[in-house]
Amino acid sequence: MSLRKKTLDLLKKREQAQLGGGEKAIEKQIAMGKLTARERILLLLDKGSFHEYDLFVEHDAHDFDMGNKVLHGDGVIIGTGTIYGAPICIFAQDFTVAGGSLGFMHARKITKIMDHAMKLRVPLIGINDSGGARIQEGVNSLAGYGEIFFRNTLASGVIPQISVILGPCAGGAVYSPALTDFVFTVDKISKMFITGPEVIKTVLGEEISMEELGGARVHCETTGNAHFYAETESECFEQIKKLITFIPWNNSKRAKAFKAKEPKSIYKIDNIVPSDPKQPYDIRNIIKAICDGSDFFEVQELWAANIVIGFGRMNGETVGFVCNQPIVLAGVLDVDSSDKAARFIRYCDAFNIPIITLVDLPGYLPGVDQEHAGVIRHGAKLLYAYSEASVLKITVILRKAYGGGYIAMNSRHLRADFVFAWPGAEIAVMGPEGAANIIFRKEISEAEDPEKMRKQKVKEYKEKFANPYVAAARGYVDSVIEPSETRKLLLHSIEVSGEKNVQTPYKKHGIPPF
Amino acid sequence: MENIDKNKFKTLVIEGVAYSTLFTKKFENRKIWQTPNNKIITAYISGTIIKCSVTVGQKVKVGDEIVILEAMKMKNHIISHFEGVVKTINVKEGQQIPRGYIIIDFK
Repeated sequence: MSLRKKTLDLLKKREQAQLGGGEKAIEKQIAMGKLTARERILLLLDKGSFHEYDLFVEHDAHDFDMGNKVLHGDGVIIGTGTIYGAPICIFAQDFTVAGGSLGFMHARKITKIMDHAMKLRVPLIGINDSGGARIQEGVNSLAGYGEIFFRNTLASGVIPQISVILGPCAGGAVYSPALTDFVFTVDKISKMFITGPEVIKTVLGEEISMEELGGARVHCETTGNAHFYAETESECFEQIKKLITFIPWNNSKRAKAFKAKEPKSIYKIDNIVPSDPKQPYDIRNIIKAICDGSDFFEVQELWAANIVIGFGRMNGETVGFVCNQPIVLAGVLDVDSSDKAARFIRYCDAFNIPIITLVDLPGYLPGVDQEHAGVIRHGAKLLYAYSEASVLKITVILRKAYGGGYIAMNSRHLRADFVFAWPGAEIAVMGPEGAANIIFRKEISEAEDPEKMRKQKVKEYKEKFANPYVAAARGYVDSVIEPSETRKLLLHSIEVSGEKNVQTPYKKHGIPPF
Repeated sequence: MENIDKNKFKTLVIEGVAYSTLFTKKFENRKIWQTPNNKIITAYISGTIIKCSVTVGQKVKVGDEIVILEAMKMKNHIISHFEGVVKTINVKEGQQIPRGYIIIDFK
């Protein structure tokens, strides 16, 4: 047979294999409102940049009639390509082939591309759409999962790892996304849970639909397992592409620098914060008044909304924002917001992204449910994350910073590099009302007119302590600044900090309050 | 700039100060603490009653077995955390009960 004929043969084989589970299965996938694995990769990656590996990999299982089954690519597509020119390693499970179930060779392909990503030091994107372990392959499926989870952990903090949930991701399988940096979900398509509705009904008698149990909304709003929510797969891919532009390829690089842009003029930083400290405002307007082009890419927008995290740029360089959100629960810290912020700080620290912290909080959320949920343990995560972060850390105290909240939000004491405060900042052990009631309790109770005395004492305390100058007198605040100077000073701080290097005492690793 | 609907604001009191703010769904749906009721024993998981180990009128000490409940492929021995005299037994052997079901009442 001539080489030309063999080449034509290859093209035929390739076309056949690329159909995955076949036309009928593809139709079923489309009927479920889902794109095929191949379509997804081609939509996400730069046009013409994708190259596939291991298309002809076959399983070699024999139990349970597996010997007679032809599963093209063993149900997963792996390869390399680029997103806006950045190199990417990618895998996408093919639901049309045996329901995308994970068998031994399927897992081998995934670990192969994971090993590539680690070796080549480029981001890894995993598109999950699978019925779970291939029962017919028994323990070999479990082995497959184990090998994947181990590599997720090894790669954590070395290369960015992104999971996209575009179908079921249940049982053991869902631990892989949980170990990655960012999880993208799509309404009515993503399904994540450890035990599904049928098992829950049988064992516990509780009835719940797949969507209510582990749909995109649930994980973006309630559990905090997901980071991004989209209404369609296309929207999801745009979100992923946007994220890639903010993050570096690996932990020894900085993210790509863009051209610097001034914030949009509709965000006037002087007009956003109300003078009454009991009135709220949306902190995102301040972020947008500060960052390049007012282009703020929020992460986990729908969960623990009392703290806001996300990426922006300052003079073209990526920065991470961690900010209290006064318009939700007065911006308090609690179990979920501490978790949310702490993990994001770890991400920025691992990938050389400076962290800007904007502070305006009255303290921690009181409540038996918070205490019993372990706010102590979770709150400690935030302290740990800030303290251990050696990346550039800048804090701006906008308004209230009372008690433990002041310390936890990247104070000087947790080794913030630069701490700025606005003139309206109130850095105190407590708010004036609370403090007056405790410190002047005797005077108030013994006064002729207790209410009048209380008001007077509150006023005294306010004037003496509810300001940035007491902290500034100690050097806990580096500069008290005009709000309109904020962006300029942040840019200056970043400009002078390029060579920051801190030495930490030798340890294998710490013991964070997991 | 996104406009905030001021009518949606609620009040949250932190250290004696009332802040105007929005609540999260989780916060609004949080379970309000109730002191445990020491006159009842409830099931902490749904399952099937295999054996009833007490009788009406029996004096129960802390640690005594009340019922054996089969759940999650295990025979769970439900023991009493309270002292008391059994007033009513609300289950019978073979019965399937949901989580939170009151198994016995004390006098």
